[in-house]
Amino acid sequence: MTKTIDARGLSCPQPVLMFLDAVKSADETNFTVLVDTEASKENVSRAAQSQNCQVKDVREQGDEYHLTIVKNL
Amino acid sequence: MTKNFFATRTGIIAVGAVIGILAPLLQKLGNPGNMGICVACFERDISGGLGFHRAAVVQYLRPEIIGFVLGSLAAALAFKDFRPRTGSAPFVRFVLGAFAMIGALVFLGCPWRALLRLAGGDLNAILGLAGLVFGIWLGTLFFKNGYNLGRTQKSYTAAGLLMPLVMLGFLILMLMFPQMEGEPKNDILFYSLKGPGAMHAPLIIALLAGLVIGFIAQRSRFCTMGAFRDLLLFRQFHLLSGVIALLLLATITNLVFGQFTMGFEQQPVAHNLHIWNFAGMALAGLAFALAGGCPGRQLFLAGEGDGDAAVFVFGMIVGAGFAHNFGLASSPNGVGPHGIAAVVIGFAVCLFIGFSMRKKN
Repeated sequence: MTKTIDARGLSCPQPVLMFLDAVKSADETNFTVLVDTEASKENVSRAAQSQNCQVKDVREQGDEYHLTIVKNL
Repeated sequence: MTKNFFATRTGIIAVGAVIGILAPLLQKLGNPGNMGICVACFERDISGGLGFHRAAVVQYLRPEIIGFVLGSLAAALAFKDFRPRTGSAPFVRFVLGAFAMIGALVFLGCPWRALLRLAGGDLNAILGLAGLVFGIWLGTLFFKNGYNLGRTQKSYTAAGLLMPLVMLGFLILMLMFPQMEGEPKNDILFYSLKGPGAMHAPLIIALLAGLVIGFIAQRSRFCTMGAFRDLLLFRQFHLLSGVIALLLLATITNLVFGQFTMGFEQQPVAHNLHIWNFAGMALAGLAFALAGGCPGRQLFLAGEGDGDAAVFVFGMIVGAGFAHNFGLASSPNGVGPHGIAAVVIGFAVCLFIGFSMRKKN
């Protein structure tokens, strides 16, 4: 199962907070994070690496970024 | 996908170092003491230059601020990072900007200047920085409890360009109505004949320094508030490493230029009322945290199309008007006659915002 976190339109630190909450509370190990600024993309990627997660893919879709993140078990 | 060098650890350290060198250099070239760059003070000077307050010693349209916004715009356009957006509680951000300015003017400086004051040997800055961290820590408690000003909406390209255009307009006004020797006013613009407002580096150098800093700070997301917030909230040192680089390089540059004098007494544009240095900056730190960026970062965000950050900036400029018209701002003689009341009211307003604007998950 993949959990989708929609952080579009939110400014820092909200996207990172939402991602960290999801990583800590969800049973899922796969996450898709939607953001719409480059800063949020970088911040979430950095937070993922600090949480033993891997950013598998960053897809640019129009003005948005879809980050595929997998938690290492 | 091109890698953004400035978003790396080395990149953010480089940006902090560049600011740390340029700020004391601007002081050497004419800017006020320990105020090579101070976003709050310079926006306050802009407020005075436009006549929004009439404190005669702090009136000048600071080209550094104009450069920050235009440099950020250039970086955002060059790297396809220009995102016109607005609509996340703009008036709340305006009010936060106003009280952030009032708090900063009780201390006498924004977080950048707090670092630059320390780098110049002004130990009063330690109280200011402690207050800043305390205010940001309060802000993180609100974030942990669901504080959220809501999402922005995409907007028109023209909407994102408005703030840079306003800054360009200020620059044109400066060129149309330049400072005249011994004159406190040229048509619509006010100028200081003495005090910090009369001290400034040459326009072109100040503008160029602002453009360079705006460009690299936009790419790196340099933010002094974010540095402490991320440390407190996520145990992340990324932004803080840039702040430490700024402090170190500014100290070294001050030593090289002979601009370093250590102590609490007789520091330039500073007072040594420890409680109010702490409390003023605590209020500012809380307001910056609730608004999501230090004053510098708000300018860079405004340059890349964030209309809400632009509203925050104008909140600060109007806040400077209140601060000087109502006697809230400090001076080297101590706090203003109503400064303490303003800090108390500011805290009440920020706490009201923090407690009431929460989204339940």
